[in-house]
Amino acid sequence: MKKLIKSTLLVAASLWSVATLAAGPTVPLDKAKIDLHDKASLQRGAQLFMNYCLGCHSMQYQRYNRTFKDLEIPEELGMENLQFTGEKVGDLITNAMASTDASNWFGTPAPDLTLVARVRGADWIYTYLRSFYADDSRPFGVNNAVFPNVGMPHVLEELQGIPRQTYERRLVDGQMTDVYVGIKTDGSGMLTSEEYDRAVNDLTNFLVYTGEPMMLEQRRIGWYVFGFLAVFLVFSVLLKREFFKDVK
Amino acid sequence: MNKLIAWFDERIPMTKTWNIHLAQYPAPKNFNFWYIFGVLATLVLVNQILTGIWLTMNYVPTGEGAFASVEFIMRDIEYGWLLRYMHSTGASAFFIVVYLHMFRGMMYGSYQKPRELLWIFGMLIFLVLMAEAFMGYLLPWGQMSYWGAQVIISLFGAIPIIGDDLTLWIRGDYVISGATLNRFFALHVIALPLVLVILVFLHIIALHEVGSNNPEGISIKKPKGSVPESEKPKFKFHERFTKKYDIVDAFPFFPYYIVKDLVGIAVFLFFFCYVIFFAPAMGGMFLEPPNFEAANPLKTPEHIAPVWYFTPFYAILRAVPDKLMGVILMFGAIVALFVLPWLDRGTVRSVRYRSGFHKVNLTIFAISFIALGYLGLKPATEVYTFFARIFTFLYFAFFVLLFFYSKNEKCKPVPERITK
Repeated sequence: MKKLIKSTLLVAASLWSVATLAAGPTVPLDKAKIDLHDKASLQRGAQLFMNYCLGCHSMQYQRYNRTFKDLEIPEELGMENLQFTGEKVGDLITNAMASTDASNWFGTPAPDLTLVARVRGADWIYTYLRSFYADDSRPFGVNNAVFPNVGMPHVLEELQGIPRQTYERRLVDGQMTDVYVGIKTDGSGMLTSEEYDRAVNDLTNFLVYTGEPMMLEQRRIGWYVFGFLAVFLVFSVLLKREFFKDVK
Repeated sequence: MNKLIAWFDERIPMTKTWNIHLAQYPAPKNFNFWYIFGVLATLVLVNQILTGIWLTMNYVPTGEGAFASVEFIMRDIEYGWLLRYMHSTGASAFFIVVYLHMFRGMMYGSYQKPRELLWIFGMLIFLVLMAEAFMGYLLPWGQMSYWGAQVIISLFGAIPIIGDDLTLWIRGDYVISGATLNRFFALHVIALPLVLVILVFLHIIALHEVGSNNPEGISIKKPKGSVPESEKPKFKFHERFTKKYDIVDAFPFFPYYIVKDLVGIAVFLFFFCYVIFFAPAMGGMFLEPPNFEAANPLKTPEHIAPVWYFTPFYAILRAVPDKLMGVILMFGAIVALFVLPWLDRGTVRSVRYRSGFHKVNLTIFAISFIALGYLGLKPATEVYTFFARIFTFLYFAFFVLLFFYSKNEKCKPVPERITK
């Protein structure tokens, strides 16, 4: 009992210090181009997700049929080409990897990605997926500039090729110095750099969609609400004027 | 119809209540912009209760099911996202209107005699509202829900001797767990709302007993017989108000202020609906990004910040190096507001007729409160902590200074009547 109380105290004390700690992003984030009206981009993003991400990451709050409907994918086509883990079209997008297995294999369970865009933001995802670089000291041979020592391997390597941190010898203050110029692929991937950026942007777009699948409907209704309120405001002003004739 | 009304009136004071509180309640004629926030707070309260009822229908108050059930409401319930966003936006809107409502009271001296009890009821509402919001924030069971609650509950651990047992008693467990979630759910959906509604009822009853203050801070009740007929308003007020006094410069709350308030409500709804439909997270202020990740007791977020409406008090807490003293000062910040009617020993209510010193003091107080709110959102770096200390000092200086200068304050002469 005493021990427990002591440990709670310790937790509280550590929280105290943690609560006062701060951390900001270390790498400047690139801007993702998000367009929820671009169904083709969302469809490509969904395809990438189902092929490359779903093996480890679930999307357990989102359903297949909702995704197909919102992305304008015919249900049969979707079930044939995009549905690898569920049985019925109304199933949630889960996967079979147990989190204990993931902990053993990667050191941490693979987080669910339904809401990742709301947690991290689109720009973070877009930059993160383009910031893997070869690092032999890591178990999977890659590290990430946005998320140092991340447990995740570079799953999109067959698309991007092997990315390396590249330096250029430049004259700085009269001395030849190696200047970091970013991450560059060795060109062994299926896509060019520009194509890879676009693919990652599609995937990011899709994750933004799954974070808030209701966003387009929400905005559409919002304009109607504003329209109603404008009418309501006009009539309330007229009503007020009419009544206040008595008072003046 | 008249027969039906008569039937009810013989059995319950229906028409009488309507007249006393609405149709024949004398409201000063000079209410300005600042007088909309009481009505808006009532509106938001109704919004919270109604949307809350429907959210409860699909919410699962267990550690395993809570987070998923919120996403179920957001995705699978028809217009569930609308109910949830109305509720989450309503929580922040509640504090915005209540803070402005309180500041109105401070500007026009609405806490002064004879409205001390009215003010106390208001402060109790504020206190219960904070508890209600705090417990409600745990329910989505996200990372900020969890760790925010952990930090706040651990504050009670700073109390000597009983602290640890007290935190244990509040949590019902050694850490925040499903047990904590269950009790917070019970308190959030029934216990505290019930208390809140009763307090709001008492707040309004107390208001209608003493009558509304106004921006001039002068009374609309004059001694019986002192006002010539020609200067009396042409409206009929209930005899409860006119029996002992002559009422001047007023008109009935219904329909005049109701229709005026409708305009204010329409404008308010523009802002409210903008957030609901176009920016429900309000850039991470109303819904914090880490809260879209399910609670994980093994993973502490990098930066734990309470929701914006608690940050002024959180900043005061962090400004003090000693934890216990910090907790005392934080609660002291609220206690100081409670006893404001007795700290202010002046007799002139409205800031319009008070000394320049008071005007400056009140302005600095408002700035300090906003600055503390901003600093509470930021990580506690050295510079921020330094400023938090200054503004904490200024926050309390308002009350201390007020107590001393209000006794013999040089005020401008107060007019007899509302002239505007």
